[in-house]
Amino acid sequence: MKKIKWILFSTLLFFTLFEVTAVARPIEIRWWHSMRSARGVVADTMIKAFNDSQSKYKVIGSFKGNYDEALNAGIAAYRARKQPHLLQVFEVGTQTMMLSGAIYPVHKLMKDTKTRIDWSAYLQPVLSYYMDANGDLASMPFNSSTPVMYYNVNLFRKAGIPMLSKDKPVTWDEMGAITGKLVRSGVKGGMVTAWQSWTQIENYSAIHNIPFASKANGYEGLDTRLQINNPLVINHITRLKSWMKDKRFFYGGQKYQGPKAEFLAQNAGIYIDSISGIAKLKKAVKDFKWDVAPLPVESYMEEPQNSIIGGASLWVFKRHKKSEYKGVAAFLKFLATNDMQEYWHKETGYFPITLNAYNSLKSKGYYKANPLQEVGIKQLNRRLPTKISRGLRLGYFVQIRNIINEELELVWNDKKTPKEALDNAVARSNVKLISFEKTYQ
Amino acid sequence: MIKRSFFKSRFLPYFLILPQILITLTFFYWPAFQGLVNSFIRSDAFGGHAKFIWFENFLALFRDPLYLESVFITLVFSLCTAFLAISSGLFLASMANRALRAKAVIRTFLIWPYAVAPAISGILWLFLLHPSFGLVSIFINKWFGANWNPVLNGRDAMVMVVLASAWKQISYNFVFFIAGMQAIPKSLIEAAAIDGASPFRRFWRITLPLLSPTMFFLSVMNIIYSFFETFGVIHTVTQGGPGGATNILVYKVYQDGFVGLDLGSSSAQSVVLMSLIILITVLQFRYVEKKVQYTG
Repeated sequence: MKKIKWILFSTLLFFTLFEVTAVARPIEIRWWHSMRSARGVVADTMIKAFNDSQSKYKVIGSFKGNYDEALNAGIAAYRARKQPHLLQVFEVGTQTMMLSGAIYPVHKLMKDTKTRIDWSAYLQPVLSYYMDANGDLASMPFNSSTPVMYYNVNLFRKAGIPMLSKDKPVTWDEMGAITGKLVRSGVKGGMVTAWQSWTQIENYSAIHNIPFASKANGYEGLDTRLQINNPLVINHITRLKSWMKDKRFFYGGQKYQGPKAEFLAQNAGIYIDSISGIAKLKKAVKDFKWDVAPLPVESYMEEPQNSIIGGASLWVFKRHKKSEYKGVAAFLKFLATNDMQEYWHKETGYFPITLNAYNSLKSKGYYKANPLQEVGIKQLNRRLPTKISRGLRLGYFVQIRNIINEELELVWNDKKTPKEALDNAVARSNVKLISFEKTYQ
Repeated sequence: MIKRSFFKSRFLPYFLILPQILITLTFFYWPAFQGLVNSFIRSDAFGGHAKFIWFENFLALFRDPLYLESVFITLVFSLCTAFLAISSGLFLASMANRALRAKAVIRTFLIWPYAVAPAISGILWLFLLHPSFGLVSIFINKWFGANWNPVLNGRDAMVMVVLASAWKQISYNFVFFIAGMQAIPKSLIEAAAIDGASPFRRFWRITLPLLSPTMFFLSVMNIIYSFFETFGVIHTVTQGGPGGATNILVYKVYQDGFVGLDLGSSSAQSVVLMSLIILITVLQFRYVEKKVQYTG
C-alpha cells in the first residue's frame, strides 16, 4: 500500500513539474556563430546577459566552426529546413546571402516587429557594408575590424625615426623614407602586410576613393566588373615591388601568421593588419614596444576617405514563426546596447557598432587609457563613406580574393609585372563575376 | 579443395550483405550521383536558382588555362610523392629486414609516422622549412647560401609539400614491403649468397622481382593517396600557393566548392578528378601489371 502511494505521489509530482516547465518554457532562438576561444566566451557572456535580462526568450549559441564551415552548415540546414534563426556570415559572403532568397532582411524584421532602432546612431561605414543599393540594412553588423599599421617603437628609435601620429596618416612617400631608414639602421626588412588583397588593394582603393569594381563596387548591379588594373593601383603595387629590391618591403604570406611572425621576430619594423591584431600582439610581444598608426595615404589625398571593414554580420533566416522573430529582434537590439557594445569592444578589440557606445567609452576615458583602440575607429569614421568607399559587393568574392592573392604572388616572385598581374586578375575575376551573374538571371 | 557454404534460403545471402550494400549506396553511390548531377547544373549555394546547363561547367574548366596547369601540377606532385614514398619505404624495409638487434623496436618506430594526420605532418614540416622560423631553412640558407623560400618560390613550396606528403606515407609502404620481404623464402637468398651473388645483386635479382606484386599494389595506393589525402598537407602548409604553384586538383575542388560556394564548377572538377584517377588506375592495370610476377 505504501509503495502504491509513493508511486502515485511521484507521478503526480512529475506531471506537475512537467506542466509547469512546459507552460513557462521560453521561446528558443538558435544562433550559429564562429566565435571560438576567448571570443566565444565573450559571445556566451552576451547571450547569458540577454537570457537573464528577460524570461520570454532564450538564445542558444552554437559554435559551428570557422566562417566557411559555419556558412556551409547554415546552407545545409536551410536546405534541410532546419535552419537556425541567426547565422554569423563573414563579409565576403554578403552578396551570396543577400541574393539567397533565404533571409529576412534586418530592416524589414525591425519594421515588422515594430522594434525601434535609431540607425543614425550606428557607425555608418559599418552599416553601409551590409546595406543594399537603397540603403536598407540586410544583416546586423556584429564583429567589424579594419586594417591599421603597427610599428616597432624600439626599431624606430634606433633608426632615428619620429613616432607616428595616431590621427594623421603618413604618406606613402614618407613610408618609403621610413622603411629606407629602418633597413639602413640594420633591420632585416621595412614593412610586411597581412591579408594583402584586403589591405593593399581593397582598402587602398577605398581610402583613395578609387573604384574597385564597376556599378559602385557591385552595389548597383550584378553586371559589375573588376577595375583594379587602374594606373593608381598599378602604381602602388609597382612601388611595393620596387621596395622589395632593398628589402623595404618583403612578402610574408597571404594570411596574417607569416607577416606577424616577421614583426614579432623584429625582421620587419612595420606590419599592416586588422585592429584585431592589437590583442594578439599584446599577448605575443614581450621584448619590444610597439604602437599603432593609421594606414598610409598618397600625398595628393588631402582628405582621405574611410577605410573599409572586415569581419562578419548576423543574418536572419526565413521560415520561422512570428513570435520567434520578435525574440530575434529583441536580441539584436540588446546586442547594440551600450553595455554590450562596450564590453564587446573592450574584450575583443572589434568596433563598437554604435556611435553612442563609442561616445560613452570616450566620456569614461577609455581611449585615454587605451589610445591604440581608437586609431581604427577614427580611420573608419573620419569621413562619411562615398559610393566607392562604403564597401564591396561581389559574387564569388572568395575566389576573387584568391585570384588577387595568386597574381600578387606572381608579382612578388618576379614572374609578372604589376600591370600584367592586375590585368590578369581582372580578366580572371570577371569570368567568375559573369558566371555568378548568370546564376541569378 | 575449397570449402563452399550453401544457403538453403535464396534470400538469406542477400539479406546478409544488405547492410554493406546500404552503406555503400548511401555513402558512396548517392554522393557520387549527386556530384554528377550537380556538375550539369549552375546553381547558387542555397539551391534556389538551379539551372540545367549541359556541359558548360566542363567547358569552362577546360577553357581555363589555370585548370590545365593545376592538372599538370597534380601529376607532377603525385608522381614525385609516390616515387619518394615508395623508394624510401623500400630502402628502410630492406635495411630493417637486415637489422640484427632490436628488430621489433626499429620496426615499430618506423611505423609510427603513419598514425600522424596529414595536416599535422604538414605543420611539422612547415616548422622545419618555413623561411623565417624553420630550423632547417635557416641551416640551408646559412650553409649552402641558397635562397630557400617556400612562401615566395613555387618550386621550393612544391618540394616542401612533397616532402611532407611522402614522409607520412613511407611508413605505410614500409609495412607492406617488410611483410613482402618476410614472405620471400630464405632459401632462395641463401642459395644466391652461396653462389657468390653480392647483397645488391641478390636484392636486385631476387628480392625486387618477388616484391613486384607489393610494389604494384603500393604504386596504385600511393597515387590515389597523393591525389586525395594530401589535401590536409596543402591546406595547412601552402593553401595552394604561392601563385597557385601547389594548387592540386583536390584542393581546388575544396576551394571552389566548400569555401567559394561554386557548386557546379566544383562538382564538374570532382567528376574530372574521378575520371582521371580511374584512367590512371586502369592504365596501371593494363600496362604495369603485365610486368608483375605473382607467385604461388
